[in-house]
Parts: sequence; C-alpha cells; structure tokens
Amino acid sequence: MSLLKIPDDWKAYFQQQAATAQHSALKNFYHHPPVDQQTAINKTPLVAMDFETTGLNPSKDDIVSVGLIPFDAHRIYCRDSQHWLIKPQKPLTEDSVVIHGIRHTDLATAPDLEAIIEEILSCLEGKTVVVHYRTIEREFFNQALINRIGEGVLFPLIDTMDLEAKIYSHYYEGFLKRTFSPRRRVSLRLAACRERYGLPAYTPHHALIDALATAELFQAQLAHHFSLKDPIQKFWR
Amino acid sequence: MQPEIMDIREFLSTITPFDHLPDNILSDIANQIEVSYVRKDQVILEHGAAINDLYIVRSGAVELHHRDGHLYDRMSSGGIFGQMGLLLNKRVRYPAVAKEDTLLYCLPDSMFFDLCSEYDHFADFVEVDSRQRLRNAVDVNTDSNDFSTSKVKSLLLKEPLKIQANDSIQLAAQLMAKESTSALLVEILPDVASCEAYNAPAYGIVTDWDLTSKALAVGMSHDTPVSQIISEKVVALDQNDYVYEAMLAMLRHNISHLPIIKNDVPIGILADTDIIRYESQNSLLIVNSIFHQNSVNELQEISEQVKHCFVRMIDEDSNSHMIGTAMAVIGKSFKQRLLELAELEFGPPPVPYCFLALGSMARDEQLIVTDQDNALILDNQFEPDKHDVYFSKLAKFVSDGLAACGYRYCSGDIMATNSKWRKTYQQWEACFEEWIENPNPQALLNSSIFFDLEGVWGETQWSINLNKFIRRKASESPRFLACLARNALNRTPPLGFFKNFVMESDGDHKHSINLKRRGTAPIADLIRVHALAIASQSRNSFNRLEDIIDSGMIPAERGHDLKNALEFISMVRIRHQALDIEAGMEPDNSIEPDNLSGFERRNLKDAFKILSNAQNFLKYRYQGNKMNL
Repeated sequence: MSLLKIPDDWKAYFQQQAATAQHSALKNFYHHPPVDQQTAINKTPLVAMDFETTGLNPSKDDIVSVGLIPFDAHRIYCRDSQHWLIKPQKPLTEDSVVIHGIRHTDLATAPDLEAIIEEILSCLEGKTVVVHYRTIEREFFNQALINRIGEGVLFPLIDTMDLEAKIYSHYYEGFLKRTFSPRRRVSLRLAACRERYGLPAYTPHHALIDALATAELFQAQLAHHFSLKDPIQKFWR
Repeated sequence: MQPEIMDIREFLSTITPFDHLPDNILSDIANQIEVSYVRKDQVILEHGAAINDLYIVRSGAVELHHRDGHLYDRMSSGGIFGQMGLLLNKRVRYPAVAKEDTLLYCLPDSMFFDLCSEYDHFADFVEVDSRQRLRNAVDVNTDSNDFSTSKVKSLLLKEPLKIQANDSIQLAAQLMAKESTSALLVEILPDVASCEAYNAPAYGIVTDWDLTSKALAVGMSHDTPVSQIISEKVVALDQNDYVYEAMLAMLRHNISHLPIIKNDVPIGILADTDIIRYESQNSLLIVNSIFHQNSVNELQEISEQVKHCFVRMIDEDSNSHMIGTAMAVIGKSFKQRLLELAELEFGPPPVPYCFLALGSMARDEQLIVTDQDNALILDNQFEPDKHDVYFSKLAKFVSDGLAACGYRYCSGDIMATNSKWRKTYQQWEACFEEWIENPNPQALLNSSIFFDLEGVWGETQWSINLNKFIRRKASESPRFLACLARNALNRTPPLGFFKNFVMESDGDHKHSINLKRRGTAPIADLIRVHALAIASQSRNSFNRLEDIIDSGMIPAERGHDLKNALEFISMVRIRHQALDIEAGMEPDNSIEPDNLSGFERRNLKDAFKILSNAQNFLKYRYQGNKMNL
C-alpha cells in the first residue's frame, strides 16, 4: 500500500538526499546518516516514535501529536523524552477525539508542524527510529512535510509490529502450524504484543506513552528472540 | 519543557516510599526514570558490582540472594531494591535475578540521595524499612523503634497472680482455672526461700505442670500446701532483658515459665507460649548446640557458625544491643561448656570458685572481633600450694579453648591464666578497695575493664556481691571517679578542628578510623564513670544510660543523644564487620571514611560530635575533685 520506494542502501540514500533537499532542516537531517548496517543492535542509538492522527488516511488526515523517547538495547531514557501537540491542517474528527482524547481546546495554542520540523528532526538525527506499525509514521510524516514544505522525508524504521508478525509466522510454520489448525490469529496490537512479554498495561493512544510502550516492547523482543549482537540491517526497513 | 510521563508517575504514586511525596516531585522522579526490560532468569545485579540506581519492579518478579545463594527477598510489582548497595559504598550487596520477565524502573543515585536527604519518611523507608533496617539516623525516635518492643516487659500481659506458700494446691488450681493462667507466683517468707536465682527472690512459682506431675500424679491431698510442690529452681529475668534471653533461660534450664522482675519485685510471669510468637533466632540454636559438644575440637567447629549468626542477626533487623547480647551469651556459653569439660577432665574443683567474664562480654556488648578477658574468684579457703595447680590448669584449658573458638588471647594478659588475676574473694575486695581508695591514673588505665565484671560459672553470687561492694565504694569516692573520668578522656573521637574526620596516621589501618577505639570504647568508658557515680546496678551501656538519665545526672535529652550516638556508631561498626565477613575477609574495627555512604558519613560525624560534647561534660562534671588528688 505504500507509495514510497524503500531504498536498498540507506547510507547512499541519505547522501543523495543531503545533496538535493531544499529545506535547511531536512538537509541537515540527511547530513547525519544512520549507523552502518552491520552495526550491532546493542551499539545502535535508538529513538521510539509515535504519532496520534485525525484518522488513518495520510492524504486526508494529519498529525495531532508526536511522542519521542530515546533508548538503547538496555535502557530507555525518560529524561530526554519529547511530546508535542500539533494543530492539524485537517479537521479533528469526532471519531479520533474519542481515541486519543485530544480536543480542539487542547490545540488552541499548539503550533503548526512546520514550526517544529527542525526540532523533531534534530531529535532523530543519527538515531534509528522504532515505531509500532510503520505505515502510519512513515506515510504521515512524509505527507505532512510535502503539504507544508513541498518535499517529503524518508528514513529507516524498525517496526515492532512487523517483527512480532515475523516472530509468530515463524512459529506457525513450525510446530504450531502442525498442531493448531486452522491457524489462530495472534493480535498484533501494541497492548496485545506487550502482554505476551509480561509488560504492564499503559494508557493507549497517547503519543509519548505509546512511544515508551514501543521502546519497552522492542527491548522485550530483543531479549526473547534476538541476539544483542545482531546487525541493525536485520531489523530496519 | 519536559513532558510528563503520567503512567510512570501514577504508578510511583501508588507505591511506598514514593506515595507520600508531593506531586511535583513525583513528576520530577518520573522524568528521571530509566526503563529496562529483563528476561526471566537474567542476572540484574551481580554481587560487588558497581550500582548507580535504585530499582523499582514495575512488572514481573525479582529475587535477591545472599552471597552464599540463600534467598534474601523476593519481590513483585512495586518492590524496590538496590538501596542497600547504594547506601553501602555503591556496591551491590544482594545479587538480583529476574524470576519472571520483568520491567524495571531505575532511579539514578543522585536523585535517590536527594530524596533521602529531603524527605525523612523516604529515608526512613529505604534505610529502616529495608529488611536490613539500617538505623542510620542519629536522632531516631525511640517511640517508633521496634526493637524496644522485643524486651520481655513488652510481652507481659498482666500482673502476676499471687498465692501464699501455705495455701492449698486446690486453691492454686482453682485460681489458675478462674484466671485461665498456667502459672502463679508463690510468696515465701524469706527464711523459707531456697531459690537459686539471679537475685535470690523471696518467691517461688507453681505451674500447671507442677500440679499435674507432683500433685495429681502421685495422689496428693487437695489441701497440701503449695510450698510442697513449688519449683525448686526459680530463674528470674529483669524486665529489660530481651525476649531472646528469656528463651535462652528456658532452654538452658528446661523450664516453661519465668518470673520477670523490676527492682527486685516480680511484675509478671513470662510463659513459653508468650514467646512462641517471637520468632526464634538462629543464635539460639548455636547456644543449644554449644552445650552438646564434647570436646574443644567440636566446639571449634561450632564456632565457625558464630560469624554467620552475627551476619544473620543484622539481616534480621537486630539492633546493636541485641547483637551484643547474643554474641555475649554465645561467648559465655563457650566459657561455660569449656569449664564443664575442664571439670570433667580435671575432676571437681578443690575449693569453690567463680569464673568471671570482664569487659564487653560482661557488658553484653560483645561483637565478632574480641579478646578474651577473664579472671577467677577463688574461695577464701584457697591455699596456693595445694590448689593452684588445679586452677592454673583449668584456666589454661578454658583460655586455650576460647582461643581455638576465635576469642583471641588478651594482649594485656588480663586472663585467669595469669596468677595475678586468680584471687580469693577477700583478695579481690582488697584489690578493688586499693584501686578505689588510692586511685592512680596509670594503674586504673589498665584496670577499668575490671569494673565491668560478671560471674559466668560456679559461685556466681560472689560476683554479684563483689559488684555490690564496688558500687558502694566507687560511688563514695570522688577522687576515684575523677581519676576514672580523666582516663575516659584519653581516647577522643576522630574529629578535627573543622569537624572533619581525623584518620589513624600509622599502622595497617592508615587512613582509616578505628570505630572501637575512637567511638564505642570512649562512650562505654564515659558511661561507666557516670554509672559508678550513681551506683547503677546495670552493666550494659544502654541500661546504664537509662539509669543515669533516671538519676538526673545528665539531662534526658543528652542521654538520649548519647544512646543514639552509641547505637549508630555500633551499627556502622557491626555492618562493616558483616560486610567483611560476607566478602570473606577478616573483620576488624576499622573503616575507611571513603567507603561510607554520604548518609553514614554525615551521621557518623554527628555521633562523634555528641561523644565529644559528652566528654566535655565529663571533664566539667568531675573536675572539681581534682583538687583533692
């Protein structure tokens, strides 16, 4: 469903974008390429990111909040977390208010995304971004920038939902597939994934809390299914 | 502006010790948290490793272990750990392992120490409420101190029920049935008293077991006087003795009821059922097994366990008084068993004698690193030519046995093996009389240890009499007290002009502080002077202090401060010995201030200041008598 073409070589892509990007914040962002694809996951600086949006369609809906929290394979650093409310350029639908709880009045003094693009991108510089269900963050971020500054943004993402799906498909192809037929679906929702790793229930649909929840989930997936020495290319897309 | 992670703040607000903190502080804490996920069976903290965080279990389960692998604690969501390590040199004290998949919130040490110094109840919780129960703060409020509740007086529920010696056994049974009690106090006229007890009380005790076994079983008539069946031996305890000592007395004498006395008057009867609630201490088992060993070698094996027992008592929240008492009881038990074995080997003594414990053992302030200080009182019929061979052999047997069990020979040769310290009762009185009436600072310097004496074997009544003699003489001799006071000022706390620590400047322990020489010993010395001045019957420094406060000799507040200072310095000393033991090192009395946590350092300085002030007071209080010298 993605219209974006994912490059094979992120380093080369960043180099090329650094040369062609027009907006200064974007140019600066691309000047800090992600780590080498062979870098071990426990040596990679990470940042968990989550958006709340007015709906699910990137071309019709917009971002209303962004949560960021830096972390690594061992620790999640709350003191460096960030949370922004953003005034969307698309109407705040009643359905979405029910989900994320952000109302018009909450956004009265909120800035437009354009005013904080530089700040957000500087928090992502040189780090590998971790999300739960990459389509939302990737498509929305790209579209929101196109709408405002005329050019989009693209960077590698680790998707905990995708990892979880792969972990479970692997299980199904093996023992479970033969034992439990027809296949039982495993929920890939953030809360359901977390529960499987013994992680506590957090408030859902708050960008910062979801970012924290995603960071914890990724640490748990690493602890259970991967080696800390695995190269980053095994995780990102 | 820092965004707030409300889920973390909300969680912290529900758990102790964070639940009483103001909202803005909770938000600050939540923002400082680092989160970490650990998988089941993963090691979180390794013993001795550096530790820089307080850990809060958000979900899952964590087990803490002793270094020997024994489980120390197990905690789930809301549990905190790592505070012991942070408070003690920032090294991991108890290794931690995740027993389930676990999410941890880690609070950086800088914030932890800020919270400790800003919020008393936070500090109290992490120090006092940990199982270790560090009694760190000098100004501990004794009302909220759990340890005082473990004295025997706290277990007494009611006044003792009394009956006359010539009342009938049926009346006794009726009274017991009516009051549903298992023992009665029997008042005996003094000339009938045949009780062997600490203070020879003029009463006996009759229990339901006496009625069953001595009366009912043999078909005794209902109107037989109670005096016919009362227990022959009455072992009484003082109200300030610990519950623990009551259990020891019951075990040792195979009895189930103990009269508890206050100022020679019985105030209640403690039954074994009263103390079932009281958790048994491991040291009890040691004492019990000491009396079942049949050779010095076997005793030596048992003595290995004493160290573990010491460490365990600290882990079980014991205060310094309880630990000091337990260690002293264990030490006395070794002496008693060695003397029993010596008498088996050399035959019964040619004349009666009393074996004395001196110094810390007599004061119930013994710790793990200790010299053996002992002496012998011999019967006045003692004839050196005929009898001394026996007592010199006996003393050597006990002294060598004690050395084998870890009680070092006394460097000052204050031991019964030294013929100088084997005297008849009359000679001892004369000796003390000489010390007291013609005091000479130099002579007293080496003999102040004799002013804390306790009979542990044989004719123990002699030691009681000798103590009485000393109390009477000493309290009437201002010159002697002035001399003793001057000696008590010889050892000063290690505080410099600017109230910084002054380190030892030579020897193996350069750059360290000897907490015994510079702390607990000078406090015990100055307390002894006041105690002798008021003719206190107590030997333990804490009990002496209570007597001193009661007498009005020093203001209650100062006495209270001094008590806390002694407790605090003792506990630092004890804890550091325990750490040495756990690290497999030989424990000693020295600490390096660099190894103290900020909290310990601060309070230790306060405690030394209190000692310094108390010494100034001592100088002032007894100086007037200098002129009479």
